Amino acid sequence: MVTGTDTVWDVAAEVTDPEMPMLTLADLGVLRGAETRDDGTVVVTITPTYSGCPALDEMRSDLRHRLQDAGHARVEVRTSFSPPWTTDFISDAGRRKLAEAGIAPPAHVGPRATGPVPLTLDPPERVVACPQCGSPETEVVSRFGPTACTALRRCRACAEPFEHVKEI
Amino acid sequence: MGADDSAYQALAETLDGDDHRWAFGAGFDAGTAEITAPPPEGVDRDDLATYCLMLADDALVASQRLAEWTTNAPELEEEVALANIALDLLGQARVLLARAGHLGAAERYRVGPQDDEDVLAYFRDERAFRNVVLAEADLGDFGRTMAWMLVYSSWRLALMTRLVASRDVVLAAVADKAVKELAYQRQYAAQWVVRLGDGTDHSRERVQAGLDGVWPFVEELFAVHPVEARLVEAGVAVDPAELRAELDAVLDQVLPPARLTRPERPAVGLVAGRGGRDGIHTEALGPVLAVMQSLARTHPEATW
Repeated sequence: MVTGTDTVWDVAAEVTDPEMPMLTLADLGVLRGAETRDDGTVVVTITPTYSGCPALDEMRSDLRHRLQDAGHARVEVRTSFSPPWTTDFISDAGRRKLAEAGIAPPAHVGPRATGPVPLTLDPPERVVACPQCGSPETEVVSRFGPTACTALRRCRACAEPFEHVKEI
Repeated sequence: MGADDSAYQALAETLDGDDHRWAFGAGFDAGTAEITAPPPEGVDRDDLATYCLMLADDALVASQRLAEWTTNAPELEEEVALANIALDLLGQARVLLARAGHLGAAERYRVGPQDDEDVLAYFRDERAFRNVVLAEADLGDFGRTMAWMLVYSSWRLALMTRLVASRDVVLAAVADKAVKELAYQRQYAAQWVVRLGDGTDHSRERVQAGLDGVWPFVEELFAVHPVEARLVEAGVAVDPAELRAELDAVLDQVLPPARLTRPERPAVGLVAGRGGRDGIHTEALGPVLAVMQSLARTHPEATW
């Protein structure tokens, strides 16, 4: 379908994340740019959440197909690593959609200090509110969840397990 | 059999379509903005490619080792954790291999139309791998794996923290991303080392034995290869000798609460002054590569 009115950014921004489909690539903050070159080629730039994010190839393929469906015959999807993605790039709309889907959104982390990274054997527990009942009484079940971006937690108040997009 | 009957012919045809991918790789080369950047001015192309291979192989081989835990870990949560850590390392390796390939490192191994990163991962033989031997060490039991990971991730984190300042844009970008992943891995390993070391006598014995077992491979982590020395001079690489203090500090912090002692074991010797960085490996690497490469080499034309 050729819409004619949507910009290439609008089309690209609507593509959803393969592993957290409630988020668009724009919500997730991995869409870095979308523009049409003079020769008509659409160039979209994305950045991976984690170096080994297995969803990256799906994103690339989905972007290409959606833009081709929108009438852009030549689509080039580029990957850029710099600056590295952090959960701070997840938009406010994205955070709201995560919470609505029962996934606790990440807290804001701010820029990383340069120099050696200190090791804390007992890191202070972040307060992560339960996305079901809102209780702050939650605990980590596993620091690694079903996708690279999430950890598994459990609510002590309502006993529901849930995923938490871990801060990086 | 004519030249056109090559097993790679079918692959060359199917790779043109978007929906068919080579079964064993996915391809970063096609559109990675940074990978095609020229080497920084005054930096030897072959040296830079070799350094990318060193850092890539450190991650690729360790990742393959960690993947051995898949379906074998003591608990589902640890299995997911180890697979995730392996995936992070694989991701770091892929970008670095693609960069090395862009700099020309893949050409001599190329047998088909695969992406550079796949050529370098699947069609290089043992002697061409440039990883430190720690990366290929048998991970043994869970205690040894956690001791290994504490050493490995602390060392690689110290390296990547410094590599962020590299004059090479790809190395700097990979490092910037890897720092956060490795800090998470080190945290995971440190907490397990304390939990096992400060656990029962049995768990402490096993994690201590694991640390003792990997200790002979630690000294090589700080050895400076001539390629590294030239690239340190050029502001591109990290001086491995600088990393010792940071690993020592981590061990000084973790070993006492884990009730473990710092091993006193001699380092494995280099062979005529050469080690993993020159392709001289322990007997542990061959089987790792056999598992990783044999399927791709047996069915090089497979797509999905």
